[in-house]
Amino acid sequence: MAIFSIPGVKLAGIATTVPMHEVSNLDFETIPEAERKLFVRSTGINKRRVAKKGTCTSDLCEHAANALLKALNWKPEEISVLVFLTQTPDYITPASAALLQHKLGLPKTCMALDVNLGCSGYPYGLSLVASLLRNMPGAKALFLAGDVSSACLSEQDKSAAPIFSDAGSATALMQDSTAVDMHFNLETDGSGYEAIIIPQGGYRNPTTLESLQYAEESPGIIRNKTHLVLNGINVFNFSVQTAPKNARALLEHLNMDQSSVDFFVFHQANLIINESIRKKMGLTIEQAPQTLHRFGNTSSATIPITIASEIQAAISEKPCRLLLSGFGVGLSWGAAVIETNGMVCLPVQEADL
Amino acid sequence: MQLVNFIAHIEEEFEDLPKGLIVGETAFRQLEGWSSMMALILIARIDSEYNVNLSAEELAEATSVNDLFDLVKARVAI
Repeated sequence: MAIFSIPGVKLAGIATTVPMHEVSNLDFETIPEAERKLFVRSTGINKRRVAKKGTCTSDLCEHAANALLKALNWKPEEISVLVFLTQTPDYITPASAALLQHKLGLPKTCMALDVNLGCSGYPYGLSLVASLLRNMPGAKALFLAGDVSSACLSEQDKSAAPIFSDAGSATALMQDSTAVDMHFNLETDGSGYEAIIIPQGGYRNPTTLESLQYAEESPGIIRNKTHLVLNGINVFNFSVQTAPKNARALLEHLNMDQSSVDFFVFHQANLIINESIRKKMGLTIEQAPQTLHRFGNTSSATIPITIASEIQAAISEKPCRLLLSGFGVGLSWGAAVIETNGMVCLPVQEADL
Repeated sequence: MQLVNFIAHIEEEFEDLPKGLIVGETAFRQLEGWSSMMALILIARIDSEYNVNLSAEELAEATSVNDLFDLVKARVAI
């Protein structure tokens, strides 16, 4: 069972970057106007951020990382660990983390690796980086997470395209013996791997000429086999069944009451899922802030974006205890309980990317 | 679990339709305003009212409101 605590690692800061370009789902011409309105009301996503063609997740994360290093007054050469978590890397090979090490000016003495996770990725990535730092005296790390989902979606697929937005995040962590423990509960169920999948273009089903042929799967869903497929109903069922249970199990393990947590920051999937989870856990909107209306579903970046957008002011006033909960593709899900003692949190930045 | 209450929940989600239009025999996909979004909305409503999660595959097999009701009732009874 992957329930564990990591002492001596501090969350030093968070920065997030979204593309400037906004698209309104009320203009989503693939479906009739009445259905568009129902979509916006039900998912809570009226606008999404779309990166320029050719912009990669690593570009958005690089932007966020540079801003964060500057705000913390950290020098690139001080970084010993770089973890880049994404499903939209620059290349299939090599790992984008290596490219980022070079672009960010990090030293060659820095370890760097990619992690392939999506909406569950933020708590997972924090746990990986914190585990590594624990045994590296005085070390500092960057954890970069995000996706340019617009690159792997069909713009003519009403079941997926209007949900996802593009964003990158950077989180700085450092060894600090006075830091409050971080706690994690991480889980997986690969039997549900088809609920969110890009069916072709990997090595199980390599790309062929046929992969690129568009087909109408059902009304309003036109895509090819290299596009992301999302089974909305099965993802809903999975999310509402696992996320509350996983979060509660972690709190029970820690003998913590829900009331001792200042904010529950859930992955922002869509409003139907997020409201169901919030109500099942008996939380108020103030306790479980939402950013779907502003930034949509940005995959592994929703949690840092929601922290930066909604609770930055609270964090800057006093240390807060946060429960972070991610769930999605894999299927994979997990929660982290962290404290924000002195954490630097920049407002969400817009970039011409 | 009563059919009349079950229908009332569905009626609330189809807010543009007149009350009394939906009955057990109604083929819900034929209703005005039906879309794949409505499918997710119904699944979420059933989850919130009965704590039952119907899969996409189960929903695909249901044609009438009665079919849906029977699926949910069987699970509630367990």
